[in-house]
Amino acid sequence: MNERVSSITLGPVLFNWDPEKWRDFYFRIADEAPVAMVYLGETVCSKRAPLFEPHYQAVADRLSAAGKTVVFSTLAEVALKPDRKLVEQICATEVFHVEANDSSALLRLQGRAHDIGPFMNVYNERTVAFLASKGAQNFCLPAEMPAAAIRELCHSVRDLNVTIEVQVFGRQSLALSARCYHARAHGRTKDSCRFICENDPDGLELSTLDGRPFLLVNGIQTLSYEYLNLIHEMPELRAMGVSRFRLSPHNVDMVEIASIFLAVLDERIATQEAAARLNCVKPAAPFSNGFYYGRPGYSWNIPTGY
Amino acid sequence: MVDNGYLRPELVCPAGTPAGFRTAVDAGADAVYCGFQNATNARNFPGLNFTAAELEQAIGYAHARQAKVLLAINTFPPAGKFDLWRDAVDLSSQLGVDAVIVGDIGVADYAARTYPNLRLHLSVQAGASSPEGIQFYCQEFGIKRVVLPRILTVAEIAEIHQQIPCEIEAFVFGNIGMMAEGRCSLTNYATGLSTNMDGVCSPAADVHYKESADGSLTIKLGPFMIDQFACGENAGYPTICKGRYLCSAKPDAYYAFEEPISLNLSALLPDLMRAGVTALKIEGRQRSRAYVKAVVSAFRKAVDAIMVNRDPGLTNLLALTEGHRETQGAYRSKTWR
Repeated sequence: MNERVSSITLGPVLFNWDPEKWRDFYFRIADEAPVAMVYLGETVCSKRAPLFEPHYQAVADRLSAAGKTVVFSTLAEVALKPDRKLVEQICATEVFHVEANDSSALLRLQGRAHDIGPFMNVYNERTVAFLASKGAQNFCLPAEMPAAAIRELCHSVRDLNVTIEVQVFGRQSLALSARCYHARAHGRTKDSCRFICENDPDGLELSTLDGRPFLLVNGIQTLSYEYLNLIHEMPELRAMGVSRFRLSPHNVDMVEIASIFLAVLDERIATQEAAARLNCVKPAAPFSNGFYYGRPGYSWNIPTGY
Repeated sequence: MVDNGYLRPELVCPAGTPAGFRTAVDAGADAVYCGFQNATNARNFPGLNFTAAELEQAIGYAHARQAKVLLAINTFPPAGKFDLWRDAVDLSSQLGVDAVIVGDIGVADYAARTYPNLRLHLSVQAGASSPEGIQFYCQEFGIKRVVLPRILTVAEIAEIHQQIPCEIEAFVFGNIGMMAEGRCSLTNYATGLSTNMDGVCSPAADVHYKESADGSLTIKLGPFMIDQFACGENAGYPTICKGRYLCSAKPDAYYAFEEPISLNLSALLPDLMRAGVTALKIEGRQRSRAYVKAVVSAFRKAVDAIMVNRDPGLTNLLALTEGHRETQGAYRSKTWR
């Protein structure tokens, strides 16, 4: 694997935030957050993409000026003409690296350097090797990958010129669909949605009939209610060979969260202390880490060594 | 091509057991799809699927009757377990299956490089739903046929047909999954078993039914209540994507993703055939022999009737649909989305 320095990265904003708030969020990230790399781009719904277009240049410039690497992520579910056009546009950019989230982007990016996003199904070394032969350099693994497979994958691809990235904080993407569940909840369809998702900057919570919060609807995407938190597992992931640690943005203090994760990565504070600090900035929903342990994804498992 | 402009489509039918396999062939299947008894296929349920010896016999039975055998190796091997999928591909080639249905890029790469003459179909699990996405797999692995996800209208399928170099297989009857296939970890989130890696969706061992004094039935997957039925209400097989939930936008419990309903495109068969669909797929490897016999026979008659410009006359399939309710899903109109 590449002998690159380990770094904290910030995944794309998944929600339909107010465009000015979205811009200001990234300005603050540029100015204050200790992340090395920021993924931009609409990965959930092609209808939302034009809302943010007026601000991309300013945001990308500010992030770049602050020394952060900007990568553009492509749409995850690509079927219709507007989806395809968006992927074509993003892949045509020559200034920035592009992260592919579906196979139509792979077609467009082959032969030039690019990255592979978490919506691509990269579960094994053979898939990594194949995609690397087409120009892929960094691979962000699917949310549900257990530690045993991450370890094995990192070991198997150590001689390839690639880096491995894992999401360590934030709600986890669990499913994609062609249907917009936000629109459905409001008696509308995807075509007639009138951007109802903008009312839920943290997504729309679904509870079970006995009142237990369960899932989160974000347009065509279904996310976990719980927030993934792999702070305890950071040293282990690093030892496996993972070199990029992705935070998924939410309406919480992402600058503080990035600082905490970086402090653990740099071994400046112990994971126990970091966990305590995370509890202070944490959102209302509980943390989870089940997928890592090969257990139900919603569950919280006491890490080894406690 | 015959006079009425239709290409004769292949009727692709499910088999979960050797007996079900013979039933499908006898009922008129042009091709039967099945899987091995392990995580290499997306219907890895207890009591289903084939040993190598059973598959060998099934292939003999089908080939003697001019039917084809398609083997689904359509899940995603996690690092460290690739050998199981590799062995499945090796075995398919040795036993002489007519095509392997693949989903994983690594598995497709292995099959294409090791067995250049092995025909590959792209599983719906690969999530290729655009012309460019399909072209990628065709170009890299010589894919001969794509199984399209159930999210496109007939008009959109016709458009895709013009832009890809391979055949199109489309689902026409059976369970309608709401999430993009191959991109759903909901089962794993609730149970710790993965649809992509273990081949299970809503595993029976994690489904718990509880009957109340009033006769109502509560259903949980793992610790999560995913539905509740009044006494006598028709309950389909419980999955997260067909459960009822609460949210702030709705006054009452509602089907947040989809209702328990089955896909039935019998009325659209001529349209699909005109759109360039050359293989019609019936879902249901987990279904009974009686079900397979009834559905396959009905579609056999319908396709044969369409080919000679007669009324397909498919009217009695409703009784076989989930919850006795049917839909044309995305195929008819964009408002489904």
